[in-house]
Amino acid sequence: MPDVVLITGTRKGIGRYLVDHYLAKGCVVAGCSREPFEGPVPENYFHFIADVSDERAMIAMVRSVQQQFGGLTVLVNNAGIAAMNHLVLTPMTTVQRIFATNVFGTFVALRECAKAMMPARYGRIVNFATVATPLNLEGEACYAASKAAVESLTRVAARELAAFNITVNAVGPTPVMTDLIRTVPKKKMDALIGTQAIRRMGEHRDIANVIDFFVSRDSDFITGQTIYLGGIN
Amino acid sequence: MNEAMADLKQRSFEIVSKAVVELAEDMGFPALVSPVDATPLFGGDDGIDSLSLVRLVADIERAAERELGKAIVLADERAMSRRNSPFRTVGTLSELLYERAGESHA
Repeated sequence: MPDVVLITGTRKGIGRYLVDHYLAKGCVVAGCSREPFEGPVPENYFHFIADVSDERAMIAMVRSVQQQFGGLTVLVNNAGIAAMNHLVLTPMTTVQRIFATNVFGTFVALRECAKAMMPARYGRIVNFATVATPLNLEGEACYAASKAAVESLTRVAARELAAFNITVNAVGPTPVMTDLIRTVPKKKMDALIGTQAIRRMGEHRDIANVIDFFVSRDSDFITGQTIYLGGIN
Repeated sequence: MNEAMADLKQRSFEIVSKAVVELAEDMGFPALVSPVDATPLFGGDDGIDSLSLVRLVADIERAAERELGKAIVLADERAMSRRNSPFRTVGTLSELLYERAGESHA
């Protein structure tokens, strides 16, 4: 039976890349975004229009996936938003919006998918962290803090779900050319890449590679870990 | 209580009881194999551990979806903030499921 993979935030960017990546591996893939899927919907891909911060919508989506495919084996908690600004200039509504998607959205997807994985006593959950957290990047206080929360959630969830043979890990990408960083000045981006051991922009395949490792059936002794790309730690 | 409500109440008890029996058989809880309203579940000296409660709640939500056609979250804010935990006994948990099933939409 193929893996059933649920990926949040699949309309574009890394999430969209991961849809094709896991379809190419023979998985059944479901995904969601706030807007309709861009372009033709691939075979064996099922798209839901859902905001990850909407608890009711997420519950309905996970249960629909569970009913349609008889279970769920992998969750990739990719959906995320960022806003870069000095904290003094950051409105509270921005903070709430970032935490609603990055923390609460990650939490509710994790909670509901864990429930869906428990009957089979098997599951792989991968959350999205960021190098902005260990690098304490100026201008990214809210984003870095929200992802720090995701890292902590990852570690605790790993312990709470271990009894059900569900692993929970996180990947911490360096900058990858997506909408999240399109507005960051080049000078700032170059300085950031200069802090990495391997000084290049990340690529989608780098992220997919780490996720492949986490979701492998052989990775049943790997949980509660965050792997940063580019040599950041 | 009208007939539909009485039926839902009975079905809620049956869903909870069935999930409790399955848990009891899998995990070896002899005190839970014949559940009645007063059967202790969680929170006292008797009953199940927290991990078993997690499994039980997930099992009941799934069964409610399957048998009642309703998406229910038992561990919501209202349930968790009650002075008396709804997870104490088979009866209190059945009552919680009955309440949520009565108010939720398919």
